[in-house]
Amino acid sequence: MHDKALLRAYRTMRTIREFEERLHSEFATGDIPGFVHLYAGEEASATGVCAHLDDHRDTIASTHRGHGHCIAKNVDVKAMMAEIYGRTTGSCHGKGGSMHIADLSKGMLGANGIVGGGPPLICGAALAAKLRGEGGVAVAFFGDGGSNQGTTLESLNLATVWNLPAVFIAENNGYAEATAATWSVGGGSIAARAAAFGMPGRTVDGFDFFAVHEAAAEAVERARNGGGPTLIEVQLTRYYGHFEGDQQTYRAGEVQQARNELDCLKRFRDRVTGDGTLTAAQLDQIDAEVARLIDDAVAEAKAAPLPTRADLETDVYIQY
Amino acid sequence: MARSISYREAINEALAQEMERDPAVVVLGEDNAGGAGAPGEDDAWGGVLGVTKGLYHRFPDRVLDTPISESAFIGAAVGAATRGLRPVAELMFIDFMGVCFDQIFNQAAKFRYMFGGKAVTPVVIRAMYGAGLRAAAQHSQAMYPVFTSVPGLKVVLPSSAYEAKGLMIQAIRDDDPVIFCEHKAMYDTVGEVPQESYTIPFGEANVVREGGDATVVALGRMVSVAEEAADELAQAGVQCEIVDPRTTSPLDADTILESVEQTGRLVVVDEAGPRCGLAADISALVAREAFGALQAPIGTVTAPHTPVPFSPSLEDLYIPDAQQVAAAVKSVVDWKR
Amino acid sequence: MSDERIGRVAMPKWGLSMKTGKITEWIAAEGDEVEEGDDLAEIDTDKIAGTLEASEGGVLRRIVAEAGTDAPVGCTIAVVAPAEVPDAEIDAVVAEAREQLARGVPEEDDGPRTETAEVGGRAISYASLGDGDEVVVLVHGYGGDKNSWLFVQEPLAAGRTVHALDLPGHGASAKDVGDGSLEFLADTVLGFLDAVGARSAHLVGHSLGGAVVTAAAARAPGRVRSLTLVSPAGYGPEADADYLRGFAAAGTRRELKPQLLKLFADESQVNRQLVDDLLKYKRLDGVDAALAALLRTLLGEDGRPALDVTGLLGVTPVAAVWGAQDRIIPPSNAASLRAAGAGVRVVEGAGHMAHMEAPAAVVAAVEEALKGS
Repeated sequence: MHDKALLRAYRTMRTIREFEERLHSEFATGDIPGFVHLYAGEEASATGVCAHLDDHRDTIASTHRGHGHCIAKNVDVKAMMAEIYGRTTGSCHGKGGSMHIADLSKGMLGANGIVGGGPPLICGAALAAKLRGEGGVAVAFFGDGGSNQGTTLESLNLATVWNLPAVFIAENNGYAEATAATWSVGGGSIAARAAAFGMPGRTVDGFDFFAVHEAAAEAVERARNGGGPTLIEVQLTRYYGHFEGDQQTYRAGEVQQARNELDCLKRFRDRVTGDGTLTAAQLDQIDAEVARLIDDAVAEAKAAPLPTRADLETDVYIQY
Repeated sequence: MARSISYREAINEALAQEMERDPAVVVLGEDNAGGAGAPGEDDAWGGVLGVTKGLYHRFPDRVLDTPISESAFIGAAVGAATRGLRPVAELMFIDFMGVCFDQIFNQAAKFRYMFGGKAVTPVVIRAMYGAGLRAAAQHSQAMYPVFTSVPGLKVVLPSSAYEAKGLMIQAIRDDDPVIFCEHKAMYDTVGEVPQESYTIPFGEANVVREGGDATVVALGRMVSVAEEAADELAQAGVQCEIVDPRTTSPLDADTILESVEQTGRLVVVDEAGPRCGLAADISALVAREAFGALQAPIGTVTAPHTPVPFSPSLEDLYIPDAQQVAAAVKSVVDWKR
Repeated sequence: MSDERIGRVAMPKWGLSMKTGKITEWIAAEGDEVEEGDDLAEIDTDKIAGTLEASEGGVLRRIVAEAGTDAPVGCTIAVVAPAEVPDAEIDAVVAEAREQLARGVPEEDDGPRTETAEVGGRAISYASLGDGDEVVVLVHGYGGDKNSWLFVQEPLAAGRTVHALDLPGHGASAKDVGDGSLEFLADTVLGFLDAVGARSAHLVGHSLGGAVVTAAAARAPGRVRSLTLVSPAGYGPEADADYLRGFAAAGTRRELKPQLLKLFADESQVNRQLVDDLLKYKRLDGVDAALAALLRTLLGEDGRPALDVTGLLGVTPVAAVWGAQDRIIPPSNAASLRAAGAGVRVVEGAGHMAHMEAPAAVVAAVEEALKGS
């Protein structure tokens, strides 16, 4: 990877982490309404996959844990923060919230409040890309919980039947809400299910940006060249609960261990500074810039106006 | 030039003309070509009741068979619509909404609002509804009230071949998600249809016939049932004004209210059931907005609150008929305080 | 064969889709002496109400279909014959007619034949009636079509060939109107004459069609033998531009009906079917664009009527008819025609659609123009 691409990847991961850590502390103040599902710990997945995608022709669909995917697909961070605060300056003018951040102009087809909601949509986005013939691909992110939804399994089948330029990224963070994937995923491996649908399946270490990046490169390349869909199971850990406020009484001490020993940002930093590709100063500078960005995003979001009665009944239809 | 063609041919012609006009239009659904991967004809069916027959040969890349996998392909149609296509997906029997409803009411219908007005989802979902073919409870229900209740969806009920073509072309060109409900017992009904493309705007009721004694609002196939009743009533000197809303969402409340202001009496005829349906909805509308004009209680003629029965003797009792409509009109016309 | 002095009054066919007509009132009574052109009965169709006129003189010997009867097109509804024809012969004809009426089947359909000609690469739909060397071509106005001539085409067709055409952008013709100019429309009419093999013809034009036939006569004076103008556009400055814009813009029944009411002296002519038929037309692909293009010919950039054909009148004989209650192009516009020596009939009880509300006056004007040629 070029330095520039590495710097960009680091900035993306750092932005996601900073965004989520800040949300975690802001949520505790009670200023943020509703449900928030944090992506901290999983940054290498969204970043490693979306590094191969462009805004114009490639589409992703995300999940209720969607902030990281949005940031990796270049959705404006300040607009995202404002959306989470329910402000008119938000990505969705305050009408969607954390679970429905979308930006079609960036090929971001939405976070999704329905587990398994995205994969069918991605089949359609892939069909559109295929018919347009510009080499576009569509990527569905879903979790270990979503991997058990009929919609996901139907979509894996349809993607093969229609030979779609689609990539399915199963982010296995170990828990569907409070239920362990080791218990809920029949057969134990999400990636192994790929074989049943006649597509390549692969398991990668989700703490390792480079592993994800490489696996996704191959899958995206195959899709762009008409080779059909791929399923990648990315194994990782979420640093926080299912939602903010989750006491996580079902978990043991794995988070602290992951933060200390496996963290994707640390590993990335160690590798690129260790081999002399980048300097610590370069990365520190990014850290500082990102921290300022998130500070500004929170301050601006808090200062932005809330939607009013005039906004209540708009945007239901284009024409009615 | 208008000529007589069937309701089925009218829909097929609308699809063909729009596919010709706009390369973004794709047709997909179970057996919409028919025979994919099978050793026989590659355009074997054209949909289970033949509505899309012939399109595959004209547009082989844009008529897609699907696995029996409604969640995946209805969702795919929705996703494709957000990315520049104008898919027309066939759900086959409307009762099958049960296996893919999430993709319709949680995804397609809500995108625009959830995404702050920035999503455009021009998907058309075709679905057959209605009793009369002895298809029993899971292939016959008039499910459109459910869709009508969902903000973000438009719901279309063509009552003739002319309406079917113009409303389908409008549905395809419309930028919002549309549920296009075809009554499967009407596919062979014939009517005058222009060869040229045309559109019928949504939210404009058709006054099928004018009359001063009672307003009969009838939906879909019930329009022809109401006409039959009106013919019978005319011989007894009772003149019905028949209003066909054409779309239940948006609903042309103005035309219904204007008619009731003139006649002072209302009967709503709907093949769906009596609870939370269009009969209840339109009755409430008129009671709320035109109470002063009413000279009698509102009458409704609907199917009973039961699943659709199989046995012909029962199914015939289930479907509202002209005698029931005529009796309901007579009772509101003869009503005395 | 019955006595050839016995005339059968048949249910007329006013327009292509007319299958039956309802006699709402007999104006003439049994035993009345009637002259050709006298009003016999009021007839209601699903499209429009009109007055049936006598096509020959004699005594109205018998009414076969009483008021209130729905009779198929072509069915004998009354018998006209000189007083000296014996009752027995009349009875025989009446009995046969009653039987036919009871069966509900007309003997034969001799209504207009609809055909398509290709003019300048565009399909031009037209309806033809009658057979004769003399050719009359009827040209409708803005937003109209060939069926608007339903009451005059039949009376004019005795011994002549009468074509009613759909201008480009209208009726069943191609919807592309080129540059939408008057010249383009005039050339289409002249091209139509070529297409139907007519070296020359008498042209009848209503409203915009009046301007079109005037321009056609100016471009090919040798081929246009007479002009009959019904409330023609382009002869004076007064025209209801709001009507034109309103008609072009209307997309719903609610928007269209108020515009159509302005067309008639008797607003009850604007029934549901008329509105529905026009809406069906307006919803065809390409019609909006066609009407918009033609609107630019009719109105200037300031939004005021811009068409002026007064300079185009040449040697061709001209007759004109105006509805006294014309609210679209008021009869005051006739001054320029009078000044040019044209005979102008102003008919009471008619609005902009004199050929529908006072067809006899239009027929008489055409006959006058034909005689003058």
